[in-house]
Formats: sequence, structure tokens, C-alpha cells
Amino acid sequence: MKLPALKFSKKPSEMDRRDFLRAGAALATITLAPGVTLMAFGGSEAKANADPAKRWGLLIDVNKCVKDCTACVSACSQENGWRLPVNKETDAQWIRKVTLTDNDTGREEYLVTMCQHCEEPPCVDVCPTGASFKRVDGIVLVDKHICIGCRYCMMACPYKARSFVHENIVDEQKTWAPRGKGTVESCTMCVHRVDTGRIPACVEACNATGHGAIIFGDLKDPESEISKALAKYPSTALRDDLGLNPGVRYSNL
Amino acid sequence: MKRLLVFFILATALAGHTAIAGNLGPEIPKATGKPHPEGNLWMRINHPKMLLHDRNLTMRQGDRDIEFSLKGCVSCHAVKGADGQPVGYDDPKYFCRVCHDYAAVKVDCFMCHNSKPEEKTQAFLSPRKAPDSNELAAYLNKTGKETGQ
Repeated sequence: MKLPALKFSKKPSEMDRRDFLRAGAALATITLAPGVTLMAFGGSEAKANADPAKRWGLLIDVNKCVKDCTACVSACSQENGWRLPVNKETDAQWIRKVTLTDNDTGREEYLVTMCQHCEEPPCVDVCPTGASFKRVDGIVLVDKHICIGCRYCMMACPYKARSFVHENIVDEQKTWAPRGKGTVESCTMCVHRVDTGRIPACVEACNATGHGAIIFGDLKDPESEISKALAKYPSTALRDDLGLNPGVRYSNL
Repeated sequence: MKRLLVFFILATALAGHTAIAGNLGPEIPKATGKPHPEGNLWMRINHPKMLLHDRNLTMRQGDRDIEFSLKGCVSCHAVKGADGQPVGYDDPKYFCRVCHDYAAVKVDCFMCHNSKPEEKTQAFLSPRKAPDSNELAAYLNKTGKETGQ
């Protein structure tokens, strides 16, 4: 799904000398090399960072996730400009810390959940406008330009990962994470960071605390840290029975 | 097509406005940075197309190095208010609004995007205080009066 570069043709009457020379040069190129197709668009070709040869994923080690630490949640909130929820029923939450208690033994486990970036995302299946989509590198996003706020994706998601923005947001957004009333949003796996070769904010924060419970990497690259860890240790996906093949996996759960 | 026509009429009006004494067109604020090589008239007509095209490049393909980004517009075209700080879209002096109000064309970019340049986005991050019971009671009291309950 590659968009062509946008070009506006000028009317011949609007062509200046430079345009005329340029057109002449282009013509010369074609006649000099017949049968050769040049695909260059004068340096304006899109630099697509979404690479179909990659699939980004996270591996969360539940043993390393510590009680009372919410570094990843605060980091996400800071990075993407959403407030930590006050009104839990309506405020947006991209990542949440969950405590699991074994009713018989009382043993507690802690883990974080966010958008699981499924290979077969139900949110994308149900979206009536195509706003909910999966990038070629496996990151599931909402195109808020065409989101109509129907919230069908929120109902389809088995992980309760998506939030609806109920209130007006005026000039609080980060430029890399637009947010607006009437649209649905969720974890973007810090796509703006990933596109520039950085790791998601939650992973960075978790590493900074020294817990190192979250590994980020390319699931398709067998040499990546995450692939090696997945090959070596047992791991599971949340609601594995649904067959959605999430990009977020958990070990020691 | 209709929108293009509106822009064309607006652009013609703007081009002619220096010749006519008095200000028929809007007062367009000066931007910082280099002028567009395509020319102002071209940008006036084509900027919606450029933004629409390049937003999809970023959104769908992850191109973070695009030529026509809203962020780029805002950083050069920001208008400073009386306090020396850039004004937001709610101010009628805001760059986009000067022309768009004049042409009665609605912009909805800033329902999601920040209308101020980047470094001005930090202040809000202090955590929001939950309303205490007194504030809640006062609010309920007020809304109750307004709705006559």
C-alpha cells in the first residue's frame, strides 16, 4: 500500500523557463535510454519506516515486574501526553498494571497490559471506516482522521486495550501523539520512536529502574534479543485460545 | 472542487488587495523561516492537498521526515500574542484562522493536533487533582439550579 508521490502539473501557460528546461531534460533521458524505467521522483520519494520484513513485539517477564512500580505507566503517560486516570470509568489509559491473585494460595503476580498488537486484530476486523489498521510491521494503530468514534473496536478487543476520548483536549497533545475528543486510542508501541530507531518509552523506563522486565524487538529477526529469549524460555500470549497471535508475549505467567 | 474555487477566489482577492486601497482581504501574519519555493499563491491553493497526502505517509508508512507536516506549518507560522507566547487555535489571530475565518472554511486539524509549537506543550503534565467533595457538592448544586431540580 505505497502512496505515490503527489505531483501537481502546471498548465503550459504557467511554465517558467526552469520548468521548460526540466521538461526538456526529462524528455532527453527517455529518448537516450529506451526501455529503461526510472522510478525516482526527484528526491521526494517517501522514506517508509514501516518495514514489512519486521514485526515489532514485546516480551514481558512477569517474574521481574515488581509490586508498587509503575515506571512504565508514568513513562507512557509522559511520552504520549495522556493524564493518569482520575475518573477510571472514562479517562483514557493506554497501559495498565494488573495484579493477579491466586485465590487458593494468596500468591500475587504483577504485569502490565496494553494493546497486544495482534497479528489478527479483531479491532481491525470490525472497524467500519478502516480507521483501525495494522501497519506492515505489525503495529496496530487508529487513524484518527477517519475514526468516527463508534467504539466497535473497544468492544471487539478482548484485552480492553482501547480507550475513548470523552473530553475536549486543547493544546495538550504531543506533536507526535495527536489525541482528540470523539476518537478511540490505544498503545501505539511508541511508533514515533520506533520509526526513528528508538525503543518504546515503557521499555526504556523499565530498564532505567533496573528491573528490565520488558524486552522490545523484531519477532521476525532470529538474532534479536526478543527472538532469542522467546526461543529459550517458555512464554505465552494472553487469551492464547483466541488465536490472535499477539505481538506482546508474557513469560513466567 | 468548490473548496478549490473558494481558495482561488480568496487567493485572487489577496493578490489584488495591495492594489486596492484599504484592506479587503485578511491581514496575514508574517512567518519565520524561509519562504516556500513554490510561492505563497501555490501554497494557499494546495496546502490542504499536501497535508492530506503527507499525513497518510506518516500515519500508514511511518515516514517521519516528510516535507509538509502540520508540525512544520505551526513552527514557522505561529503568531505571538500580547504576552509573547504563541497563541492557540482558539485565538482569532491564529495563523490558520486569519484566512479560514475570512473564507468561512472550517479547520478541524486542531481538534486532535496541538496548535502551538512543540516546546510549549510541557506545562500540562503536572498530574490533575481529583475534585474533593466540597468542589463536587458546589458543582452539583450549580448544575441543579441551572436545570431547575
